[in-house]
Amino acid sequence: MKTTPFHDRLKPLNGTHLWEHWSGYLSAVKYQHSATFEYFAIRNSAALFDTSPLFKYRISGPDAASFLGGVMTRDPETCAVGHGLYTAWCDDDGFVREDGVILRTGADEFWLAAAKPNLDYLARAAGCRQVVVDDVSARFGILALQGPLSTDVLAAAGVDVAALPYFGVTSAALAGRRIMISRTGFTGDLGYEIWVEAPDAIRVFDAIVGSGVDFNLVPIGSRALTMARLEAGMLLIDVDFSSARHAWTPADRETPDELGLGWMVPSSESRPFVGAAAIARERELETTRWRTVGIQADPGAYEGMFNSRGLIAPKHGVYVDTSQSLYDRDFDAEPGGQYVGYVTSFMFSPLLKRHIGIAKVPFDRAGAGSEVYLERSVLHRPAYVKCHVVPMPMFNPPRKTALLALETS
Amino acid sequence: MTQTDYDVIVVGGGHNGLVHAAYLAKAGLRTVVLERNKVVGGAAITEELHPGFHFTTFSYAISLLRPDIVHDLELVKHGMLVIPLEHHFAPMENGDYLLLGPDGGENYHEIARHSARDAEAYRDYSHLMERVGHAVKPLLDEIPPNIVSTDPVELARVARLGRHLRGLHPKVLHLLVRLLTGSAADILDDYFESEIIKGLFASSGIIGSRVGPRSQGSGLVLLYHLLGEIDGVFGEWGFHKGGNGGFTQAVGRAAQAFGVEIRLGASVTDVIVENGRTTGVALETGEEIYASTVVSALDPRRTFLKLVDPRQLPTNLVQSVQDYKFQGSSSKVNFALEGPPRYPALGNRTDVYRGFINIGPSMDYLERAFDEAKYGTFSKRPFIDACVQSMLDPEMSPPGKHIMSCFVQYTPYEMKGTDWDAERDNLGDTVQAALESFFPGFGDLIMFREVVTPLDIERRVGLSEGNIFAGEFLTPQMFFFRPAPGWNQYRTPIEGYYQCGSGTHPGGCVMGAPGKLAAQQVLGDLAAV
Repeated sequence: MKTTPFHDRLKPLNGTHLWEHWSGYLSAVKYQHSATFEYFAIRNSAALFDTSPLFKYRISGPDAASFLGGVMTRDPETCAVGHGLYTAWCDDDGFVREDGVILRTGADEFWLAAAKPNLDYLARAAGCRQVVVDDVSARFGILALQGPLSTDVLAAAGVDVAALPYFGVTSAALAGRRIMISRTGFTGDLGYEIWVEAPDAIRVFDAIVGSGVDFNLVPIGSRALTMARLEAGMLLIDVDFSSARHAWTPADRETPDELGLGWMVPSSESRPFVGAAAIARERELETTRWRTVGIQADPGAYEGMFNSRGLIAPKHGVYVDTSQSLYDRDFDAEPGGQYVGYVTSFMFSPLLKRHIGIAKVPFDRAGAGSEVYLERSVLHRPAYVKCHVVPMPMFNPPRKTALLALETS
Repeated sequence: MTQTDYDVIVVGGGHNGLVHAAYLAKAGLRTVVLERNKVVGGAAITEELHPGFHFTTFSYAISLLRPDIVHDLELVKHGMLVIPLEHHFAPMENGDYLLLGPDGGENYHEIARHSARDAEAYRDYSHLMERVGHAVKPLLDEIPPNIVSTDPVELARVARLGRHLRGLHPKVLHLLVRLLTGSAADILDDYFESEIIKGLFASSGIIGSRVGPRSQGSGLVLLYHLLGEIDGVFGEWGFHKGGNGGFTQAVGRAAQAFGVEIRLGASVTDVIVENGRTTGVALETGEEIYASTVVSALDPRRTFLKLVDPRQLPTNLVQSVQDYKFQGSSSKVNFALEGPPRYPALGNRTDVYRGFINIGPSMDYLERAFDEAKYGTFSKRPFIDACVQSMLDPEMSPPGKHIMSCFVQYTPYEMKGTDWDAERDNLGDTVQAALESFFPGFGDLIMFREVVTPLDIERRVGLSEGNIFAGEFLTPQMFFFRPAPGWNQYRTPIEGYYQCGSGTHPGGCVMGAPGKLAAQQVLGDLAAV
């Protein structure tokens, strides 16, 4: 099993000794007994997550921009140098293969971080265009520094990114080493992602952790991260959707409109890109099958479901990422209910004080305030809790996108 | 004389004969299996050839065995135990290697050491191959339609097959057609760039067949070897406890539990035919045994040309069977070893041997090995599918010592200017030299060696020309045409005489499907009478 460039530092920090395998790398689930404390660092102060196992690519050359514009669902060609964008990429049938962040650092230079390998896909798609796709996955480590005080931690480390806008990217020096830093992340909070060449990784890590001492900087594992991303309505591949690339059935594939990513393709879009024709056809023929929405369990109903069976409703630590069914009514109270959809991830939000989830529902239940009933197993028997559809993101603080200082350049 | 001794006589106690007999006995028929050798199992036997060392003389691994047979015949109750393989280990000529295991993430990085693009393409390739396998697998479990028949039932079945194919995703259908008609190299070259990946996967396209990876036909063999599963894990292989002989012993016990009588050392010379219908068989000893149904589990050449007088058969069928290709190309070299082989790049690591060791480091290596066979000599640098079975199943050898099974290609049955009795030891030395080149010091480990050439397979098991599948896996010899057009439904032109060996659909590979499907046909016909 491979380890990331930060592993020598992370290993002694991991008091649980628990590691999971993420794309062939050791990755911490959590560093302390309860991921909740790590979660609160994201929302309260600053958190550090090693996201190095992502697949990283440098796409460069005179045709790089137009090439990416033909592959990606959003158009990186319209992205200004020094900025990035979150985009999906689809197959010819208009189903989402994956999503990821593309950063533009030059007229002919882009960087892509993705959950799955894409070198072969991009290299084949590039064909005879003047574009080079380099797999730089092993060349860089990436640290996600997230939370309301993340800017302060960087400032203490001598990196002033106050002028960096949301989705901005720049190069900087940290501890005398060159880094690439973007104002991006998977927490829905103020935060940054720092690309560092592997040989410099430990030095940069030490400098950030040293600067973080005064800001309650906490190393976090995948559990706290995924709690934050659920609140932020950020979809997780293999949990909230499957890649169309290796889907077996139509039920395993989803279009941008079905995933709530339809905004990536405005109706005015005339650019040819992979899947564009199919997406246009989907809209024309109205073949979209469902919507991806947020749901929030009715707090009284959730407690009641447990209380009525002599239990206390669990909150702390509730996180479920296996599919659960949604119905149109409470079967126990009212027989004859119908299956209407499913929840892909579900948790108790320690900040919102609600049980929330990401769900797939038909159109007639996709509007905010629509009622659905989530099936849970309570005391070994199914129980149905009333939930309401809510807009995503469920947590969206202004600081995430706020301009922190006037741009100086 | 009209009194019958049994309802059904099954000629040949290989795994298909046993499976077939067990189904018939389970249905209440008085069934006897007549096996020429002193042990059941045919080519799936385990022998203690050196004290304490148990060799899988011929067949050595399991994957395609039909899961319903396991349940129907209660094989687990009778001792079936298939141990899944942990690794695929592919040594390279430059001392490096490719080592694949159960963790997809780790496999990605292992392949990426050789090519990052291949590591990614491997997932695309596996996904599409799995979908093709999923589309094809149902065909392994049904009696194929008779394509030369005008019976409306058969026409409807052919039409249903057409609809099934038309319902496939275009990419799945296209890959299926490429596999059925093309070479393994054509497909693998589209996906992969690294030689070791191509060599490892192409090896599945040549097993048991006189085709090179660049020959048409290797696609079909590739498809077959990926159709197997262990508990739903696609393409996975396993070793039966005690070798494949352990498996056939379990099937034999199951058959007996259902009431099958097994007679060992009973060599059938003739199927007795009177007025176009069979009445029983004659043994080498002159003894005659009577039954109204006789089922041959032997290969098509023996079934149609040796056990019966070919004059009883239509000339078209006789001609088809005469043209049916056997051309065995595989041998086994089995070793008793003082200790495990060592691969220098892995130091003292031996866990990598808990699976297949694939000596086929590139497409060129395999194709060159094939070149020699085309002209009637065996490969000087042979393809070897080796396994140290005692690593997973320590009871197959004394503690600390090991048995190693080596499946070897290419070794053509027809040798130019010589024969296998003269070449047997030369083959053993060639295989040993090849292994020595990958595992330095290998020769010093050898305590005992057994060389099994195609001629030996034919002599000892009865598989014509030593073909391990009872006839080549070539598209014109499959499904509608196995073993001959119009005779692919386990019947023969002789009333009461059936066939259930691997020469019938869907073929060899220790699937058991021919035995099972033939039983369905026999039972259906008897019920219709």
